[in-house]
Amino acid sequence: MVIDKIKKRIEYEEDSTEKEHRSDIPVGMWVKCSKCKEILYKDDLHKNYSICPNCGNHFRLSSRRRVDQIIDKGTFEEFDLNVTTDNPLHMDDYVKKLETLREKTGLDEAVKCGIGNINSEKVVLCVMDSNFMMGSMGKVVGEKIAYSIEKAIELKLPVIIFCASGGARMQEGIVSLMQMAKTSAAVKKLHKEGLLYISVLTDPTYGGVTASFASLGDIILAEPNAMIGFAGPRVIKQTIGQDLPEGFQTAEFLLEHGFVDKVVNRKDMKETLYKLLILSK
Amino acid sequence: MRRLAKVTAWERVKIAREADRPTALDYIENIFDEFIELHGDRYFKDDKSIVCGLGNIGKQNYTIIGEQKGRNTKENIERNFGMPNPEAYRKALRFMKQSEKFGRPVITFIDTKGAYPGLGAEERGQGEAIARNLMEMSDLKVPIIAIVIGEGSSGGALAIGVGDRVLMLENAVYSILSPEGYASILWKDSTRAEEAAEKMKLTAKDLLDLGVIDEVLKEPNGNAKTDIVKMSETIKKKIVALTKELQGIDVDELVEKRYNKFRNM
Ligand SMILES: [Zn+2]
Repeated sequence: MVIDKIKKRIEYEEDSTEKEHRSDIPVGMWVKCSKCKEILYKDDLHKNYSICPNCGNHFRLSSRRRVDQIIDKGTFEEFDLNVTTDNPLHMDDYVKKLETLREKTGLDEAVKCGIGNINSEKVVLCVMDSNFMMGSMGKVVGEKIAYSIEKAIELKLPVIIFCASGGARMQEGIVSLMQMAKTSAAVKKLHKEGLLYISVLTDPTYGGVTASFASLGDIILAEPNAMIGFAGPRVIKQTIGQDLPEGFQTAEFLLEHGFVDKVVNRKDMKETLYKLLILSK
Repeated sequence: MRRLAKVTAWERVKIAREADRPTALDYIENIFDEFIELHGDRYFKDDKSIVCGLGNIGKQNYTIIGEQKGRNTKENIERNFGMPNPEAYRKALRFMKQSEKFGRPVITFIDTKGAYPGLGAEERGQGEAIARNLMEMSDLKVPIIAIVIGEGSSGGALAIGVGDRVLMLENAVYSILSPEGYASILWKDSTRAEEAAEKMKLTAKDLLDLGVIDEVLKEPNGNAKTDIVKMSETIKKKIVALTKELQGIDVDELVEKRYNKFRNM
């Protein structure tokens, strides 16, 4: 049966971390929506901002696609930053794992940073990518975020950060923890300069990223249904010994509790950001 | 220092967790001439997993903040086993900002298994509370001395740890996560905690070598609990000396140095 073949292919693709990055290569043309289970033609999905046309589920987005959706065509210039991790805990397979991932994803790390235009408004943009070690923050990510903010101060530009992260990167231990202090301090400098910082929380935003720059925007937006929190649901469930309520830690939950300014559909994200840029001038 | 090298990381984790290990209040009572505890975050409640207050050593006044584990079961329940909810961090921040107004240096004592992972904590913005403390501490216009006295685990520890000087007691540990949690995330096996502890660079000496902390304070007889008075004396001397040193630095320069300290990590 054709559908079985498709299913097999989809299962294979779901295993692969590169699926989103390679999704414009017409090998696997089908993808299953994790929410409504509808099988979708990838081209249709991508034309629809990677939002499920059937149920509105926002698929996780690669940083490359995110930049394409937010920044005026041809205006994005990525910062050329030559930083590498020191592998502070001397983890045996860590450096090799990074190399393999770089090859597979075409990304150098879990965040892409640069300058570009939103309807001709110049901004510093950082986009985290969950395809790269679940967007976890180690020294390189911390460094790139801090550098981007300092660059924005130098050039007197607003900063927009799209967050997508499982939290601090375990492989770098305490050094990852210190990136929380580093990035939060950089945000403080930006605020003191009177420059706008918009943080956009996307699925997933957790741990050390939530507990640092992600939560410190002048304005905090979130994508529908994004999972956002400090502690992971599994840890909370273990700690309290009961099931978590429906909708716990979703973007809408954070909006209700006053920790998000606005939940914005991806299709409206660029226009919303543009308006906020203009209204903050 | 020979003995220091012989104790394994896992042994230190166990010492740092001993039920009778001196807590923040034990040290505070011994170090400061006066201490008045003050309560509440002014928004939600008084979270007893962090104690805050004013104190002095001679003519020098201080703002004092400490993560406080219980000294018995009843106290531990009251203090949520030293695991702060957001309101604890907001209380700490309130006193830090107040210290600016009166030019009081801030002393923090770090001792927690981590920020509490609960429903209410998430509803009230645990991440936001920690983030805000990190941000505001980076720019606080008074000297900050942070001392890890027991377990310093995760963002829950760092949330009161952005200091001009960060010190650790000889057997204290400071890490991204507990060794159990680390092993369970990285190797899907929490029983490999001992192995994780050796790998994580969580001892005072390891962190000194990494440049994450500034100084290790020796514990009397290899364990602080054997002589709380002597341990307190060691900490007190250090606080007095560092206060003098940090007060000698122009405030803007102090803040810039603190920024660069964490910027370069
Ligand atoms: Zn769907």
